[in-house]
Amino acid sequence: MEPQLSWYLALSAVLFTIGVTGVIIKRNVIAMFMCIELMLNAVNLTFVAFASFFQDVTGQLFVFIVMTVAAAEAAVGLGIIIAIFRNRETLDVDEASILKL
Amino acid sequence: MENNLLSIIIFAPLAGAAINWLVGRRVRDERFIGTIACGSIAISAIVAFYLAFNSHGALRTEEPLLDHIWTWLRVGRFHADFALAMDRLSGTYALFVTFVGFLIHVFAVGYMRGEAGFYRFFAYLNLFMFAMLTLVLADNFVLMFVGWEGVGLCSYLLIGYYFDRKEAGDAAKKAFITNRIGDWGFVLGIMLTFFLTGSVSFFANPAAGEVAQTALSYFKSQPVEAFTWGAIFAGGATSVAMLLFIGAAGKSAQIPLYVWLPDAMAGPTPVSALIHAATMVTAGVYMIVRCSEIFVHAPTAMFIVAIIGAATALFAATIGIAQNDIKKVLAYSTISQLGYMFLACGVGAFIAAIFHVITHAFFKALLFLGSGSVIHGMHHEQDMRRMGGLRKYMPITFATMVTGWLAISGVPIFAGFFSKDEILWKTWSAAGLGSFSKVLWVIGAITALLTAIYMTRLMVMTFWGEERFDTAHSKPHESPWIMTAPLVVLAVLSTVGGFIGVPYALANRDVNVIEHTLEPVVAKIPTAEATDEHGSEVSEERLLAGVSVAIALLGIGAGWVLFQRRPLLQMPRVLENKYYVDEIYDTTLIHPIETVSREGFWKIIDVGVIDGGLHAIGDAVTELGRLARHLQAGFVRGYAAIILLGALILIGLFAYLGFPH
Repeated sequence: MEPQLSWYLALSAVLFTIGVTGVIIKRNVIAMFMCIELMLNAVNLTFVAFASFFQDVTGQLFVFIVMTVAAAEAAVGLGIIIAIFRNRETLDVDEASILKL
Repeated sequence: MENNLLSIIIFAPLAGAAINWLVGRRVRDERFIGTIACGSIAISAIVAFYLAFNSHGALRTEEPLLDHIWTWLRVGRFHADFALAMDRLSGTYALFVTFVGFLIHVFAVGYMRGEAGFYRFFAYLNLFMFAMLTLVLADNFVLMFVGWEGVGLCSYLLIGYYFDRKEAGDAAKKAFITNRIGDWGFVLGIMLTFFLTGSVSFFANPAAGEVAQTALSYFKSQPVEAFTWGAIFAGGATSVAMLLFIGAAGKSAQIPLYVWLPDAMAGPTPVSALIHAATMVTAGVYMIVRCSEIFVHAPTAMFIVAIIGAATALFAATIGIAQNDIKKVLAYSTISQLGYMFLACGVGAFIAAIFHVITHAFFKALLFLGSGSVIHGMHHEQDMRRMGGLRKYMPITFATMVTGWLAISGVPIFAGFFSKDEILWKTWSAAGLGSFSKVLWVIGAITALLTAIYMTRLMVMTFWGEERFDTAHSKPHESPWIMTAPLVVLAVLSTVGGFIGVPYALANRDVNVIEHTLEPVVAKIPTAEATDEHGSEVSEERLLAGVSVAIALLGIGAGWVLFQRRPLLQMPRVLENKYYVDEIYDTTLIHPIETVSREGFWKIIDVGVIDGGLHAIGDAVTELGRLARHLQAGFVRGYAAIILLGALILIGLFAYLGFPH
């Protein structure tokens, strides 16, 4: 049986939901960060699935953009995480809550 | 016919103003500033005379000279360009404005000697000449309005020249605000003209792609409107004429907007001579004569112009008889003479009005400059009760002022006689007014009598009788030549200037130059058939001229008898206090407006509605922020949950409504 579009979409939805759930329930900032990457890649999967389905290269182009942004985000985000760890000796995001009104 | 020299007439004074303002204020050399100021006007005058009198000059041909300087406003059918036109009417005006203006500039160089604001004064004075010549030479209503506002601005600046004196500042504001009322009428009149005719131009200019129909030629083909009060509000020629007349009444100080002119005497005397006697205040007369085509189609408006003119002439003359400030007498005299000009316009004698404008420019500029010379010689004393016997101290000023006095009183051969007599005769013989023209004539004749009386009083109080001033520390002195020379020139013009308009009845020959010059450009009342000068009419005119002479001599005699022995004779209080018109305006108009402005517009609308509304918006935003800041708890997972919630709401919304295509 040929792989259907809906399979990819279903897989993508499952991955995305795992990512969202992880962001909400995890306290470890590294784990949250990985969950965010998971969400991004779930979306990438949707893009390439549709690109293949519609025979349209635009979706693949978007994947490159998302990957570029994700790389930049990883660099900045990890930098912030290291800075927080040096200051607070912890990776628990609930401890880093003083930046509020 | 295009002629680019025209722009020099207006731009030379503008250049003079710019040089004096930018360079003169640093140089501070009175000789330099005076040369620039007088020189720029001299250039204007020479170019104006050349363009008027050369072989294809504006006063010799029927075609106006045109100068399209730049395209200014073009919106749909509406176009108003910065373009000048010199026809016989604007040419005549440009001639006497530049010439008298030049003489007054020369006088002012002597009068303003040693003033700290010397450069400022001459910069403003040149700027005024630019605005006045723009007004006169404009080829459309909109540019004319630019000049109209420009002279108003310069009038404001020059009345308030001594800005450290409160009364000068107040007088400047009064002049400006009173003129605003008139300008409101003028602007509405221009709009209605465009609405009716689709044009604001005075002249068709095929070179600039203009349609053949102009704002004025439209009315030529219209029927004369009915003589009813309803016509004023009907939106036709009568409405246009009334709105334009409101503008003219403001600028030319007619009832009820005349109150600014006497106060305007707070400015330096050359300003009074140039702006508030010879040129600017006659702009209203010019505008009406320019639009004579509209006015002759609006008999109701003509009637009102005649009545307002006659009333102003009489009213101001009675006040002038009781004033003690030498400049105030001349100010009320100016208002009164302007009333004569409007009376002439109202009875359809537009040429007589322009004739009187010219002679009045000569003799009133002379009288004002003479009074300036007296004030200068008396070390800034203006009260005639502290003058007297000045004849032996300032003989040239005295001799020149005598000619001005005889001219304004209407003594034959002097300029004022011919123009005033022409107005009185045209009023007497006005067609279409019936016996009412005789009533207007009587008012004019009484005014002439009063004019002779108050001018005699002025001369007697100033130059004859005992010396009522303190000669201990400083004696009065004659002014330097730079001030007396313009007086002499103006005195000559006041004497012979009337010969450009000698009527047939008096000369027995056809020598009326001004009538022949202006006839082609001025509209006639259509009902009034061109009357040939028949024998009976000529003898009637001669009889009335005799009456005019008798009135003038009677007035001078009465003035002499009344005031020669008793120069300090107490005049009626009600006249000395100007009929309390200022006080009446204060209580009936100005105080209510101030109260409404303070209590209503300021306290309720400004503080309450506008400020209150703005503060309410600001407070609402602050309160909203105070509530919204609780969303920022600092817990990252909380934010993530909110994002998820938002995403779910959006997805749900799309699922429910369908995705928009």
